[in-house]
Amino acid sequence: MDKSLAVRIVTLSRMRAYRVISLWPGTLAVAFLSTLIGGSLVGIMARFGTGDLTAIVTDAYLHSVIGFTLWQATLSTLISVGLALPIARAYARQSHFVGRRALITLMGLPMVMPVIVAVLGIVAVYGHNGVITQLMRTAGFTWSFGIYGLGGILLAHVFFNLPLAVRLLLPAWEQVPGESWRLASTLGMSSTQLFRFIEWPALSAFLPGTLVIVFLLCFTSFAVVLTLGGGPGATTVEVAIYQALRFDFDPGRATLLALIQLALCATIALTMSRWLRSQPLTQGLQEGLRNRPDRKAPLNRAVDVLLITVSALFIGLPIAAVVVAGLEGPLLRVILDSALWSATARSLGIALIATLIASILALGLAMTARRLVLVQRRPGATDLVLLAGSVSLAIPPMVIGTGIFLWALMTGTTEVFTLLLIALINALMVLPYALRSIAPVLIDSGRRHHKLCEQLGLQGWQRFRRIDWPAIRKPTAFAVALGSALSFGDMGVAALFDTSGAITLPVMLYHRMSAYRFDEAAVTALVLVVMSLILFWALDRIVGRWLS
Amino acid sequence: MASKPLRPSVPKEPYVKILKILCGLASCLLAITCPTTQAAKTQLTVYTYASFVSEWGPGPLIEEHFEAQCDCDLKFVGLEDGAALLSRLKLEGDRSPADVILGLDTSLTVEAQQTGLLQGHGLDLESVNFALPWSNPVFVPYDFGYFGFVYDSEALPVPPASLTELVNNSNGPRIIIQDPRTSTPGLGLVLWMRKIFDAADEDAWAMLAPRIVTVTKGWSEAYGLFLKGEAPMVLSYTTSPAYHRHVEQTDRYRVAMFKEGHYRQVEVAARLGTSSEPQLAQDFLGFLLSDTVQNILPTSNWMLPAVLTGQPLPEAFHSDEVPQQMLRFDPAHVQNQRKQWINRWLSALSR
Repeated sequence: MDKSLAVRIVTLSRMRAYRVISLWPGTLAVAFLSTLIGGSLVGIMARFGTGDLTAIVTDAYLHSVIGFTLWQATLSTLISVGLALPIARAYARQSHFVGRRALITLMGLPMVMPVIVAVLGIVAVYGHNGVITQLMRTAGFTWSFGIYGLGGILLAHVFFNLPLAVRLLLPAWEQVPGESWRLASTLGMSSTQLFRFIEWPALSAFLPGTLVIVFLLCFTSFAVVLTLGGGPGATTVEVAIYQALRFDFDPGRATLLALIQLALCATIALTMSRWLRSQPLTQGLQEGLRNRPDRKAPLNRAVDVLLITVSALFIGLPIAAVVVAGLEGPLLRVILDSALWSATARSLGIALIATLIASILALGLAMTARRLVLVQRRPGATDLVLLAGSVSLAIPPMVIGTGIFLWALMTGTTEVFTLLLIALINALMVLPYALRSIAPVLIDSGRRHHKLCEQLGLQGWQRFRRIDWPAIRKPTAFAVALGSALSFGDMGVAALFDTSGAITLPVMLYHRMSAYRFDEAAVTALVLVVMSLILFWALDRIVGRWLS
Repeated sequence: MASKPLRPSVPKEPYVKILKILCGLASCLLAITCPTTQAAKTQLTVYTYASFVSEWGPGPLIEEHFEAQCDCDLKFVGLEDGAALLSRLKLEGDRSPADVILGLDTSLTVEAQQTGLLQGHGLDLESVNFALPWSNPVFVPYDFGYFGFVYDSEALPVPPASLTELVNNSNGPRIIIQDPRTSTPGLGLVLWMRKIFDAADEDAWAMLAPRIVTVTKGWSEAYGLFLKGEAPMVLSYTTSPAYHRHVEQTDRYRVAMFKEGHYRQVEVAARLGTSSEPQLAQDFLGFLLSDTVQNILPTSNWMLPAVLTGQPLPEAFHSDEVPQQMLRFDPAHVQNQRKQWINRWLSALSR
């Protein structure tokens, strides 16, 4: 008896220590992020001055740019997430049908395609000379979708972000305990009531993160806005930053603009997460949707089938256009080229390292966020931690890249670490996705098991291995898969650095396009899409299944 | 009682293993694919734009020929475009490892010279038989071209005969252009319009605006959309049709020759004051003007050679696609007025 009491006292005192220690992972991650981002901004300002703040604040043109950026980002986010809700619900409700996994994997593709490739795919379907316009013409109509202008921007943003939102929201349904469905069944709840009382609370943990990510992506959109915007009336802050950095060479102004963008995005993101505070769920066994009462109603089924078909076509057609264009090109010549494969290997290496860094950071932030909300009861602080992991989306990779490049230049390490630097900046870009998919599930797992773990004294590695990992395995797999595929297809950062001797696959694609070789570029794009898909599938499987 | 189940014998964790494998794989991939540098020979670093060093660009051929005669290692660093080149130079300042910068165009030369990072080429250009008038102590021109509107003859049988016609005909063809804030051809068109319409450029832009399908970030996006059939005309170079004839054996894409003439773009190279190999850099600049390089350029960079070499241009370059009238502004004037002219463009198109 004495012994067990002693053990309990030791455990208790250890728990107190643990309370402090457990804030470390997130603190370290936040410190790392702020050093990297802050350091790069300070680096630029120290070398090139801080830019003229009054000139920026009083610039009427810039005001209209900010206005337009906000407007299109808000519209894009509302449409993307608004449509993603019913579509994700349809996928959740129809949890068993042939091809479901394939369709959900397809959802991961638009995000990871280089923007220019996706835009050419979209144009091939919806453009002035696209498949749809041609079909209409054969049918005798002269109508054409106004793809250049706000309509085109929204279309492309929905194409990129709707599937992402669906994939980020889908895990919400897995959090609903079987008892809730059984109870709803007994009470004879209608489909609407199910949504109101069961699905909405479950979604509330995932919705803020999804909204924030989609909003940030649309806010900082650059090539889509310029290509499909139809004219300089459609200009985002990101364009102004690029212009300042590249053509006007005013890094101080670029940094200031980046800070303004960051402040705007952070304010909006914080407001959004305040407003949409997650509601705790009923606890119980998560046993799938077997007992969901409205699954089999014919009308619901029909609606779900319609939603799934239409969304799959909307996303699938432009991808199909990219695939067809690739198949029409000089396939063998491009594929048998060894340079293509060393570029692929290089991209793969960068993607894996970037994802590894991002996952570690995300896990650290999520652990601390959970600690803050469950033990210290400070949800506001949790929001801040989660926000810290998302803001890297609000700073143009080009600005961070320039800052880091300056530091590397000062220490004379530009040549040695080029690929590592690219991986590091990619990690910053990937982090928000990883964080937003892991954090809600980890927090939820904490809510369920925290008391039990404390009673058992289960903590640290053992707790992670036995309790948390099984819960977050699937979202982590998705995050790792999406992250690496995303970084695999990234063009922006890689183009910043010396890429002559060691080009990545997307840079190779860009080289081909800038040398008239659009047919070779089309094949390269196909290879890129197929490789992203394989990478996505393989990592999702390795992490999601084998590591159980 | 409590302590035992907490510390079970820990089996080798599968995810730790996989993590290790992933790390190993990633570092292997990077290690294999990183280019190894040869330390033995002196190295000449040349900053240029991406398409110059792509596998079809002139870069690989020039490298081969120059290395055969210089006993050195010529290293090309490919950056996005001419503007990226200049901003990289400014970022690096006197720490730049570059010996030569190649690929600035005439609208950027003054700005480049103002950095104070360049030094005179030291070559005697008097004896060079240039295809264009040239005397500049710092920059060596290696090729040049004219901006022009390329059209799809299947979609547009009769193109406009002048820029004025393109602007004034409200039933004229729809066009895709590039953004002057982010691309060189885009800036070229702003200068071209200014040259023709002078102070009335803003109104001219407003007249043209309804027929501009879209304004893209760079040349690649615009040309890609054009080839997809999104518009019958695109802003490009007068030499673009030669590519389609030479490589794709098609006469479908042609350039609309405008009566007023075409705005000229000269691509230049210069050596850096901080170069540790000034002599080698000078040799390289001279080599750019040699017949060897000049004959490579037309069918690899798709521009016109700066030097008359005696060897005629390849068949794909049609003589009726050489503008009769060459238009240009003084680079210093461009440097002074650029911002204002772009703002006029901006306000006309945002109306």
